[in-house]
Amino acid sequence: MQNCEYQQIDPQALPTPTPTPPPHHGHDGDKTEEPRRPRRKWEVFPGKNRFYCNGRIMLARQSGILPLTLALILVTSGLFFIFDCPFLVKHLTSCIPVIGGVLFVFVITTLLRTSFTDPGILPRATPDEAADIEKQIDNTGNASYRPPPRTKEVLINQQVVKLKYCFTCKMFRPPRTSHCSLCDNCVERFDHHCPWVGNCVGKRNYRFFYTFIVSLSFLTAFIFGCVTTHLALRAQGGRGLVFALQESPGSAVELVICFFSVWSILGLSGFHTYLVASNLTTNEDIKGSWSGKSGEDVTNPYSQKNIFINCCSVLCGPMPPSLIDRRGFLPSEDSAQPGSADIELPPLATKSEINACTQGTKGLLESATLSPLLSASCPQGKPQTAQTCPDNGSAVNSGPSPQLSTSCGVRHPAGSTGDRSSLHHTRTRSKKSKRAALHIPNPAFDVPVSPTSPDTDPSFKAGGHKGAGFTPLH
Amino acid sequence: MFSQTHSLQDMRQQAAVAAKVFIQRDYTNGTVCQFQTKFPSELETRIDKQQFEETVRTLNNLYAEAEKLGSQSYIEGCLACLTAYTIFLCMETHYEKVLKKIAKYIQEQNDKIYAPRGLLLTDPIERGLRVIEIAIFEDRSLTR
Repeated sequence: MQNCEYQQIDPQALPTPTPTPPPHHGHDGDKTEEPRRPRRKWEVFPGKNRFYCNGRIMLARQSGILPLTLALILVTSGLFFIFDCPFLVKHLTSCIPVIGGVLFVFVITTLLRTSFTDPGILPRATPDEAADIEKQIDNTGNASYRPPPRTKEVLINQQVVKLKYCFTCKMFRPPRTSHCSLCDNCVERFDHHCPWVGNCVGKRNYRFFYTFIVSLSFLTAFIFGCVTTHLALRAQGGRGLVFALQESPGSAVELVICFFSVWSILGLSGFHTYLVASNLTTNEDIKGSWSGKSGEDVTNPYSQKNIFINCCSVLCGPMPPSLIDRRGFLPSEDSAQPGSADIELPPLATKSEINACTQGTKGLLESATLSPLLSASCPQGKPQTAQTCPDNGSAVNSGPSPQLSTSCGVRHPAGSTGDRSSLHHTRTRSKKSKRAALHIPNPAFDVPVSPTSPDTDPSFKAGGHKGAGFTPLH
Repeated sequence: MFSQTHSLQDMRQQAAVAAKVFIQRDYTNGTVCQFQTKFPSELETRIDKQQFEETVRTLNNLYAEAEKLGSQSYIEGCLACLTAYTIFLCMETHYEKVLKKIAKYIQEQNDKIYAPRGLLLTDPIERGLRVIEIAIFEDRSLTR
């Protein structure tokens, strides 16, 4: 085995087998390290997200105000603990820093959880699925111009709901799902994109977001109350407020910050409490989907008609798993091959089929199963070579990680090109509006058939792998 | 298991995927994860309707169990809330446990029923819980 340029490593140490480039020097039982390190799925994630800690933490691409939010909270709380607590502990009770501390921990933890959790992103459809859907839809339009928006109607609890087709993700969006143009992802139970936490708020992180704003309102109100008490106590005896402020300048800063934020945060908490109790999302509320504004008799089909049950199901329901497998390894095929054209065009299928012949079976099997995790069961863990394909249907079970996701769908090259300018405009517009209004989604953010996507779609080189998906359909 | 794995591998190396069928989601009960039980016409020659419907129905029941709003999920939710959700970092949620059950069930079904008929079920979680993907292999002599 003369693979001198490769480092010999212990296969046991590898979490997955390393991908091999096709012109390999023959395979041996003992896999050696590749010159190219194995890539994880987050590295080729097509949406506009940023990943840290090797895929464990994710944020929206534009997380500009999150540092500001953190800074405001840390500064205000810091000043509170430094300036007000000592005085209040001496004159009142030592519970005050304890309560403040607990609230502060809650606020910071839930803020970070909201920001760093996957909000419920739906992975994009694999080329096979997209082609299948295309077949089912009557596509009589010319290939070079975008067909009109497609919708599908379903009946949910005796209510007609329209499902829209997402051109970017190439699938019919499930109910309550919306495509966030800032993050370029479809998010389940999309609430809104919150710049203050730097992430979308959706199915998976709504409860964190709600806990964050509720605990933040408690914290702000608490600090406001304590600072007022502190200043009042200091100003006693006719010494005056100015004197008190001079003695404790930090309190002045806190007072200003808390005074201006407490109203908006309390308002926001109240609004979201109403949403939780009626099982609505901000998106639906703003659009008036279930308010019967069009004159029809529409009711919210997702509501359980009972405030308590609604609250429980939204806040205490089971925690759904992340559908994007961020830390999984990419299967063997070369990811991000930008050469393939738009998969919606049937004529290209023939060309792709030629490529598919060589890679088809292997590729499909690999995409059908999560090969990297599975090959641990087979000592010859080499998913690449056509001869020994360890991925097989019987081992669909991934074992350790239940968070399996489409391996094909995520393999698209990261970042589509056209969106930046329009997104910048919407973002600057949002920064200038008030804090409370920020949480009301700008309709431009979550237009289901995003006006920005037409620019990207025809040029979207999203066909990650060369036709590995096209074979089976013809 | 190991030898079986390799024989299935061999089978697949000989066979090419002739078609793929996608079982879409059924939204009539809301956003809970359920799949349509309608029997696709492409599978008519490969497997019986009963068997197929049984598989999909079991999967639907398992997903319903995962998303069930029962006392266990409430306790889990309340406990998580009290610990500022840090408990999710160390504990496996009920949903994840059921997903493992589902993965095992699919593997079993593939081994016993679908692979011998030249079909392959893909765990829906790998497709973002959008579809159940069934790959139909070409009808060559698979028993060699």
